[in-house]
Amino acid sequence: MRIPCPHCGPRGLDEFLYTQDASAARPKDGGAAPTEEWTDYVYMRENARGPRREYWYHSAGCHAWLIVTRDVSSHEILSVDLP
Amino acid sequence: MCITLHNSQELFAPMRYSAFSVITQALRGHTGWTPAWRKAEPAPHYDVVIIGGGGGGLATAYYLARHHNVGRIAVLEKGWLGNGSIGRNTTIIRSNYGLPGNIPFYELSMKLWEGLEQDINYNAMVSQRGIFNIYHNDAQRDSYARRGNAMLLHGVDAELLDSARLRREIPYLDYENARFPIHGALVQRRAGTARHDAVAWGYARAADKLGVDIIENCEVTGIDIENGAVKGVQTTRGAITVGKVGIAVAGASSLVGAMAGLRLPIESHALQAFVTEGLKPLIDNVITFGAGHFYISQSDKGGLVFGGDIDGYNSYAARGNLPTVEDVCEGGIALMPMLGRARLLRSWGGIMDMTMDGSPIIDKTPVGNLFFNGGWCYGGFKATPASGFCFAHLIAREEPHAVAAAYRLDRFAEGRLIDEKGAGAQPNLH
Repeated sequence: MRIPCPHCGPRGLDEFLYTQDASAARPKDGGAAPTEEWTDYVYMRENARGPRREYWYHSAGCHAWLIVTRDVSSHEILSVDLP
Repeated sequence: MCITLHNSQELFAPMRYSAFSVITQALRGHTGWTPAWRKAEPAPHYDVVIIGGGGGGLATAYYLARHHNVGRIAVLEKGWLGNGSIGRNTTIIRSNYGLPGNIPFYELSMKLWEGLEQDINYNAMVSQRGIFNIYHNDAQRDSYARRGNAMLLHGVDAELLDSARLRREIPYLDYENARFPIHGALVQRRAGTARHDAVAWGYARAADKLGVDIIENCEVTGIDIENGAVKGVQTTRGAITVGKVGIAVAGASSLVGAMAGLRLPIESHALQAFVTEGLKPLIDNVITFGAGHFYISQSDKGGLVFGGDIDGYNSYAARGNLPTVEDVCEGGIALMPMLGRARLLRSWGGIMDMTMDGSPIIDKTPVGNLFFNGGWCYGGFKATPASGFCFAHLIAREEPHAVAAAYRLDRFAEGRLIDEKGAGAQPNLH
């Protein structure tokens, strides 16, 4: 798996750290059911097949945070954006 | 126990394996062996359907038929038996856990392993060759001592060796490694390995003998729910109405769970495993590296079987990437430099149900008559017997077995996590 970094060009997987799902919305404090919302955010996962938006960190490169859209069924990188 | 054969399938006499049957078959040119299980066709209705013909599903079906009177049982497998994690793992069995929610469960599994071959009349090559968890510094020794004491308090065997004693038993490790010197090991002598495929085949055969229909190439495509309870499943081989459904599809739990509207505390990750070319007998136990993630044993064919961490990002592709291969091999060579001389024969990947605390789930679901078994992370193989035993108990009696009572689906919301590593809700760190 190689990730095309917008700053550095295509680089090997070992330069990057995967962190988390970039689509999960962090709950706002307060709200109707804050405990339920936070439980869902922290512990529950969509975990579907197909394309997934993820945060990756170019730790051995430019230190940029990237939003990588990747097909988790094939490992194909579909797009890379800056947050 | 009464044995009933269903449908209009071809009947054959279930065969008992013994030294006598091997000798008589040898004299007859091995022409009299019968298939280990029937090729069952799906019936229109079952009292219990188990989704997933892996180790967990097959063991569940066997213990349901053996110990509980639940009527007709089917196991639905989308591919062939043994194609998933049950046939892809590194075959280690052990019960050297540290937390109260885990130790009694894994010890039940160890006890079931010890009697498994007699119980199911199948040679699963259970070999209690011992596991050595190597420690590299004083803090790690203290941590392992604490785990060993927790095991002893639960009646599990554990032994802490210093480096002098460890050197006598395993002389070839890199004791003087400048970065990761070896100070000793926590040992569980009753741990070991088992032949993974044989576990699936053995449970399948034993369940089939008790009348369970094992239906291969039958993928579940939908779960029918009426008034909040399961009524049936849709499959690639037609619709089946059901009394109860048990999901045992670790690796694909979220996909099958979604068919019933379940949102689970699980991510799917790829784990790689490796085997070298066949070598002469060398490693007569299971050894784990304490300064990284690496575990190794030698198969009876001679290959060194080893593995390490998951790749660290979500995946449904049953393969990993090269940085993890390098990392695993580095760990191995730091532990036993001679590994650098062995040639890697194969590597492969499997998909793990990674939960948010690193421990499994065996529980009812919010949907009536729907039960869930999954989240085995990369530790499902050793758990196979107890996983099936406890899941069968749950499905039949609708209450958890005492040793699996902590594996609740709601423990994340309740804050009752069972986190052996203390890594938090980061599945790629467990």
